[in-house]
Amino acid sequence: MNASPLASVVPALKELPAFSEGQRVRVLERAPIGHYRVPIYLRRHVGTVERVIEPAMIDNEEEGYGRNAGNRLHYYRVSFRMTEVWTRYDGSPRDELHIEIFETWLEQA
Amino acid sequence: MAQDHAHDHDHDHDDHTPITAEAAPGYYEVMETAVREILIEKGYLTANDIRHQIEVLDSRTPALGAAAVARAWTDPAFKARLLENGRTACEELGISFYDDTQLIVLENTAEVHNLIVCTLCSCYPRPVLGLPPDWYKLKPYRARAVSEPRKVLAEFGTIIPDDVEIRVSDSTAVIRYLVLPRRPEGTEGWSEAQLASIVTRDAMIGVIPVTLEKEAA
Repeated sequence: MNASPLASVVPALKELPAFSEGQRVRVLERAPIGHYRVPIYLRRHVGTVERVIEPAMIDNEEEGYGRNAGNRLHYYRVSFRMTEVWTRYDGSPRDELHIEIFETWLEQA
Repeated sequence: MAQDHAHDHDHDHDDHTPITAEAAPGYYEVMETAVREILIEKGYLTANDIRHQIEVLDSRTPALGAAAVARAWTDPAFKARLLENGRTACEELGISFYDDTQLIVLENTAEVHNLIVCTLCSCYPRPVLGLPPDWYKLKPYRARAVSEPRKVLAEFGTIIPDDVEIRVSDSTAVIRYLVLPRRPEGTEGWSEAQLASIVTRDAMIGVIPVTLEKEAA
Protein backbone atom coordinates (compact mmCIF):
# COMPACT_ATOMS: atom_id res chain seq x y z
CA MET A 1 0.00 0.00 0.00
CA ASN A 2 1.41 3.38 -0.98
CA ALA A 3 0.77 6.00 1.68
CA SER A 4 0.18 9.46 0.29
CA PRO A 5 3.18 11.75 0.74
CA LEU A 6 0.70 14.25 2.17
CA ALA A 7 0.26 12.01 5.21
CA SER A 8 3.88 12.41 6.18
CA VAL A 9 3.97 16.21 6.26
CA VAL A 10 5.22 17.37 9.64
CA PRO A 11 3.98 20.81 10.72
CA ALA A 12 6.38 23.24 12.34
CA LEU A 13 6.21 23.91 16.05
CA LYS A 14 3.29 26.21 16.90
CA GLU A 15 1.96 25.99 13.35
CA LEU A 16 -1.17 24.17 14.45
CA PRO A 17 -3.67 25.68 16.88
CA ALA A 18 -3.20 24.57 20.49
CA PHE A 19 -6.91 24.60 21.26
CA SER A 20 -9.88 23.31 19.32
CA GLU A 21 -13.54 24.13 18.96
CA GLY A 22 -15.64 23.24 21.97
CA GLN A 23 -12.65 23.14 24.32
CA ARG A 24 -12.93 24.87 27.70
CA VAL A 25 -10.23 27.47 28.23
CA ARG A 26 -9.26 29.85 31.00
CA VAL A 27 -8.00 33.37 30.38
CA LEU A 28 -4.72 33.77 32.24
CA GLU A 29 -4.57 36.20 35.09
CA ARG A 30 -1.62 38.37 34.25
CA ALA A 31 -0.98 42.05 34.53
CA PRO A 32 1.64 42.93 31.93
CA ILE A 33 2.88 46.47 31.73
CA GLY A 34 2.44 48.08 28.36
CA HIS A 35 0.31 47.19 25.39
CA TYR A 36 -2.21 44.39 25.85
CA ARG A 37 -5.36 43.27 24.04
CA VAL A 38 -7.18 41.22 26.67
CA PRO A 39 -9.61 43.27 28.76
CA ILE A 40 -9.12 42.97 32.52
CA TYR A 41 -12.76 42.01 33.12
CA LEU A 42 -12.19 38.63 31.41
CA ARG A 43 -8.97 37.54 33.07
CA ARG A 44 -9.25 34.27 35.05
CA HIS A 45 -12.68 33.52 33.56
CA VAL A 46 -13.46 30.25 31.82
CA GLY A 47 -15.06 30.10 28.38
CA THR A 48 -15.52 27.84 25.39
CA VAL A 49 -13.63 28.00 22.10
CA GLU A 50 -16.26 28.81 19.46
CA ARG A 51 -13.96 29.07 16.50
CA VAL A 52 -10.28 28.84 15.69
CA ILE A 53 -9.50 31.91 13.61
CA GLU A 54 -7.43 31.02 10.57
CA PRO A 55 -4.83 31.78 9.50
CA ALA A 56 -2.37 32.18 12.38
CA MET A 57 -1.47 35.82 12.92
CA ILE A 58 1.24 37.81 14.59
CA ASP A 59 0.81 38.81 18.21
CA ASN A 60 -0.70 42.32 18.31
CA GLU A 61 0.85 42.97 21.69
CA GLU A 62 4.36 42.32 20.38
CA GLU A 63 3.63 44.09 17.13
CA GLY A 64 2.94 47.20 19.21
CA TYR A 65 6.68 47.29 19.90
CA GLY A 66 7.76 46.38 16.38
CA ARG A 67 8.51 42.73 17.23
CA ASN A 68 6.88 40.54 14.61
CA ALA A 69 9.28 37.69 13.92
CA GLY A 70 8.47 34.26 15.25
CA ASN A 71 5.33 35.13 17.17
CA ARG A 72 2.68 33.86 14.78
CA LEU A 73 0.01 31.91 16.64
CA HIS A 74 -3.75 31.52 16.50
CA TYR A 75 -6.55 33.71 17.72
CA TYR A 76 -9.61 32.00 19.15
CA ARG A 77 -13.15 33.27 19.28
CA VAL A 78 -14.12 32.37 22.83
CA SER A 79 -17.60 32.57 24.35
CA PHE A 80 -18.37 33.26 28.00
CA ARG A 81 -21.65 33.08 29.87
CA MET A 82 -22.54 36.57 31.02
CA THR A 83 -23.62 35.09 34.35
CA GLU A 84 -20.13 33.57 34.74
CA VAL A 85 -18.37 36.87 34.04
CA TRP A 86 -20.71 39.08 36.08
CA THR A 87 -22.00 37.58 39.31
CA ARG A 88 -24.91 40.01 39.45
CA TYR A 89 -25.75 39.90 35.73
CA ASP A 90 -29.27 41.09 35.03
CA GLY A 91 -30.59 39.27 31.98
CA SER A 92 -31.16 35.88 30.45
CA PRO A 93 -28.82 33.11 31.70
CA ARG A 94 -28.27 32.30 28.02
CA ASP A 95 -26.71 35.69 27.25
CA GLU A 96 -23.10 35.45 26.11
CA LEU A 97 -20.01 37.46 25.49
CA HIS A 98 -17.77 36.60 22.54
CA ILE A 99 -14.23 37.84 22.08
CA GLU A 100 -11.07 37.00 20.18
CA ILE A 101 -8.12 36.00 22.36
CA PHE A 102 -4.55 35.25 21.33
CA GLU A 103 -3.16 31.83 22.18
CA THR A 104 -0.59 33.16 24.68
CA TRP A 105 -3.45 34.26 26.96
CA LEU A 106 -5.22 30.90 27.24
CA GLU A 107 -4.79 27.68 29.14
CA GLN A 108 -6.84 24.51 29.16
CA ALA A 109 -9.55 24.70 31.83
CA MET B 1 -22.25 87.07 3.27
CA ALA B 2 -19.12 88.89 2.32
CA GLN B 3 -18.09 86.28 -0.21
CA ASP B 4 -18.88 87.26 -3.75
CA HIS B 5 -19.16 84.20 -5.97
CA ALA B 6 -18.88 84.85 -9.65
CA HIS B 7 -20.15 81.33 -10.45
CA ASP B 8 -23.72 80.22 -10.33
CA HIS B 9 -24.71 77.73 -7.62
CA ASP B 10 -27.31 77.37 -4.94
CA HIS B 11 -25.64 76.14 -1.76
CA ASP B 12 -26.40 77.73 1.58
CA HIS B 13 -23.88 80.43 2.28
CA ASP B 14 -24.34 80.09 6.04
CA ASP B 15 -22.14 77.02 5.69
CA HIS B 16 -19.26 79.33 4.98
CA THR B 17 -18.78 80.14 8.67
CA PRO B 18 -15.07 79.47 9.01
CA ILE B 19 -13.89 76.66 11.28
CA THR B 20 -11.23 78.07 13.54
CA ALA B 21 -8.85 76.35 15.92
CA GLU B 22 -8.09 78.84 18.63
CA ALA B 23 -6.99 76.54 21.45
CA ALA B 24 -3.33 75.56 21.53
CA PRO B 25 -2.77 71.99 20.28
CA GLY B 26 -2.98 69.37 23.03
CA TYR B 27 -0.36 66.82 24.04
CA TYR B 28 -1.50 64.07 21.65
CA GLU B 29 -2.02 66.45 18.77
CA VAL B 30 1.55 67.69 19.16
CA MET B 31 2.81 64.11 19.38
CA GLU B 32 0.87 63.11 16.24
CA THR B 33 2.32 66.04 14.31
CA ALA B 34 5.84 65.24 15.52
CA VAL B 35 5.59 61.53 14.63
CA ARG B 36 4.09 62.32 11.24
CA GLU B 37 6.83 64.81 10.43
CA ILE B 38 9.57 62.40 11.50
CA LEU B 39 8.09 59.57 9.38
CA ILE B 40 7.98 61.84 6.35
CA GLU B 41 11.44 63.27 7.01
CA LYS B 42 12.95 59.77 7.28
CA GLY B 43 11.21 58.67 4.11
CA TYR B 44 8.92 55.97 5.55
CA LEU B 45 5.83 57.78 4.29
CA THR B 46 5.10 60.73 2.07
CA ALA B 47 2.65 63.49 2.84
CA ASN B 48 0.65 62.21 -0.11
CA ASP B 49 0.46 58.69 1.40
CA ILE B 50 -1.16 60.19 4.48
CA ARG B 51 -3.51 62.37 2.47
CA HIS B 52 -4.49 59.39 0.35
CA GLN B 53 -5.22 57.19 3.35
CA ILE B 54 -7.52 59.89 4.77
CA GLU B 55 -9.29 59.88 1.42
CA VAL B 56 -9.64 56.07 1.67
CA LEU B 57 -11.16 56.34 5.15
CA ASP B 58 -13.53 59.10 4.07
CA SER B 59 -14.75 56.99 1.15
CA ARG B 60 -16.16 54.37 3.54
CA THR B 61 -19.74 54.86 4.74
CA PRO B 62 -22.53 52.70 6.19
CA ALA B 63 -23.97 52.53 2.66
CA LEU B 64 -21.34 49.87 1.89
CA GLY B 65 -22.42 47.65 4.78
CA ALA B 66 -26.04 48.26 3.82
CA ALA B 67 -25.32 47.05 0.29
CA ALA B 68 -23.80 43.84 1.66
CA VAL B 69 -26.80 43.30 3.97
CA ALA B 70 -29.29 43.88 1.15
CA ARG B 71 -27.40 41.44 -1.06
CA ALA B 72 -27.43 38.85 1.72
CA TRP B 73 -31.19 39.30 2.14
CA THR B 74 -31.85 38.68 -1.54
CA ASP B 75 -29.14 36.15 -2.45
CA PRO B 76 -28.93 33.08 -0.17
CA ALA B 77 -25.67 31.90 -1.74
CA PHE B 78 -24.05 35.28 -1.05
CA LYS B 79 -25.42 35.25 2.48
CA ALA B 80 -23.79 31.87 3.08
CA ARG B 81 -20.45 33.19 1.82
CA LEU B 82 -20.82 36.37 3.90
CA LEU B 83 -21.37 34.36 7.08
CA GLU B 84 -18.52 32.01 6.19
CA ASN B 85 -15.99 34.77 5.51
CA GLY B 86 -17.19 38.36 5.80
CA ARG B 87 -14.08 39.84 4.29
CA THR B 88 -13.90 37.82 1.08
CA ALA B 89 -17.66 38.18 0.53
CA CYS B 90 -17.45 41.97 0.89
CA GLU B 91 -14.43 41.98 -1.43
CA GLU B 92 -16.66 40.30 -4.03
CA LEU B 93 -18.78 43.46 -3.94
CA GLY B 94 -15.69 45.63 -4.45
CA ILE B 95 -15.25 46.67 -0.82
CA SER B 96 -11.50 46.47 -0.19
CA PHE B 97 -9.93 45.82 3.22
CA TYR B 98 -7.02 48.19 3.53
CA ASP B 99 -6.18 47.44 7.17
CA ASP B 100 -5.40 43.70 7.35
CA THR B 101 -8.43 42.98 9.52
CA GLN B 102 -10.74 40.00 9.14
CA LEU B 103 -14.53 40.41 9.23
CA ILE B 104 -16.97 38.12 10.98
CA VAL B 105 -20.61 38.76 10.11
CA LEU B 106 -23.04 37.90 12.90
CA GLU B 107 -26.58 37.01 11.91
CA ASN B 108 -29.49 38.17 14.04
CA THR B 109 -32.26 35.59 14.23
CA ALA B 110 -35.45 35.00 16.18
CA GLU B 111 -33.26 33.37 18.87
CA VAL B 112 -30.11 35.51 18.94
CA HIS B 113 -29.50 39.26 18.97
CA ASN B 114 -25.92 40.43 18.37
CA LEU B 115 -24.32 43.60 19.67
CA ILE B 116 -20.84 44.93 18.87
CA VAL B 117 -18.48 46.85 21.12
CA CYS B 118 -14.76 47.45 21.58
CA THR B 119 -14.05 47.78 25.29
CA LEU B 120 -10.36 48.62 24.81
CA CYS B 121 -10.68 51.42 22.27
CA SER B 122 -12.73 51.81 19.12
CA CYS B 123 -12.20 48.74 16.88
CA TYR B 124 -14.93 49.01 14.27
CA PRO B 125 -15.56 47.54 10.81
CA ARG B 126 -14.32 50.74 9.15
CA PRO B 127 -13.80 49.26 5.67
CA VAL B 128 -17.57 48.58 5.46
CA LEU B 129 -19.07 51.23 7.81
CA GLY B 130 -16.65 54.17 7.81
CA LEU B 131 -15.85 55.98 11.05
CA PRO B 132 -17.64 54.93 14.25
CA PRO B 133 -20.18 57.21 15.95
CA ASP B 134 -18.89 59.16 18.96
CA TRP B 135 -20.96 57.20 21.48
CA TYR B 136 -19.31 53.98 20.31
CA LYS B 137 -15.91 55.36 21.37
CA LEU B 138 -17.01 56.72 24.74
CA LYS B 139 -16.47 54.84 28.00
CA PRO B 140 -20.12 54.55 29.12
CA TYR B 141 -21.09 52.52 26.03
CA ARG B 142 -17.87 50.49 26.07
CA ALA B 143 -18.17 49.55 29.73
CA ARG B 144 -21.90 48.97 29.85
CA ALA B 145 -22.38 47.08 26.58
CA VAL B 146 -20.52 44.10 28.03
CA SER B 147 -21.94 44.24 31.56
CA GLU B 148 -25.57 45.31 31.10
CA PRO B 149 -26.34 45.01 27.38
CA ARG B 150 -30.10 44.76 27.85
CA LYS B 151 -30.22 48.11 29.65
CA VAL B 152 -28.03 49.72 27.00
CA LEU B 153 -30.26 48.36 24.24
CA ALA B 154 -33.38 49.58 26.06
CA GLU B 155 -31.89 53.08 26.10
CA PHE B 156 -31.68 52.84 22.31
CA GLY B 157 -35.37 51.85 22.36
CA THR B 158 -34.61 48.21 21.68
CA ILE B 159 -36.34 45.77 24.02
CA ILE B 160 -35.08 42.22 23.61
CA PRO B 161 -37.41 39.52 25.00
CA ASP B 162 -35.89 37.31 27.69
CA ASP B 163 -36.14 34.22 25.51
CA VAL B 164 -33.85 35.82 22.93
CA GLU B 165 -30.15 35.39 23.66
CA ILE B 166 -27.99 38.50 23.65
CA ARG B 167 -24.56 37.87 22.21
CA VAL B 168 -22.11 40.72 22.74
CA SER B 169 -18.95 40.64 20.62
CA ASP B 170 -16.02 42.57 22.07
CA SER B 171 -13.59 43.27 19.24
CA THR B 172 -10.08 43.82 20.50
CA ALA B 173 -7.45 42.64 18.04
CA VAL B 174 -7.63 41.59 14.39
CA ILE B 175 -11.27 40.67 13.90
CA ARG B 176 -13.99 43.19 13.15
CA TYR B 177 -17.67 42.40 13.43
CA LEU B 178 -20.73 43.42 11.43
CA VAL B 179 -24.29 42.53 12.41
CA LEU B 180 -26.52 41.11 9.71
CA PRO B 181 -29.90 42.42 10.92
CA ARG B 182 -33.17 40.57 10.39
CA ARG B 183 -35.05 41.52 7.26
CA PRO B 184 -38.26 43.27 8.35
CA GLU B 185 -41.66 41.94 7.38
CA GLY B 186 -43.43 43.86 4.65
CA THR B 187 -40.38 44.06 2.39
CA GLU B 188 -41.27 41.10 0.20
CA GLY B 189 -40.52 41.82 -3.43
CA TRP B 190 -38.38 44.87 -2.66
CA SER B 191 -35.36 45.54 -4.84
CA GLU B 192 -31.84 45.30 -3.42
CA ALA B 193 -31.52 49.10 -3.57
CA GLN B 194 -34.81 49.60 -1.71
CA LEU B 195 -33.71 47.16 0.96
CA ALA B 196 -30.30 48.83 1.31
CA SER B 197 -32.03 52.18 1.91
CA ILE B 198 -33.56 51.00 5.20
CA VAL B 199 -30.40 49.41 6.64
CA THR B 200 -28.78 51.87 9.03
CA ARG B 201 -25.38 52.07 10.69
CA ASP B 202 -26.85 51.49 14.15
CA ALA B 203 -28.65 48.35 12.97
CA MET B 204 -25.32 46.96 11.74
CA ILE B 205 -23.75 47.69 15.16
CA GLY B 206 -26.73 45.89 16.68
CA VAL B 207 -28.24 48.62 18.84
CA ILE B 208 -31.51 48.75 16.86
CA PRO B 209 -33.40 46.48 14.46
CA VAL B 210 -34.07 47.47 10.87
CA THR B 211 -37.56 48.91 10.58
CA LEU B 212 -39.58 50.30 7.70
CA GLU B 213 -39.79 53.72 9.35
CA LYS B 214 -36.08 54.22 8.69
CA GLU B 215 -36.69 54.41 4.97
CA ALA B 216 -36.77 58.20 4.88
CA ALA B 217 -33.92 58.66 7.34
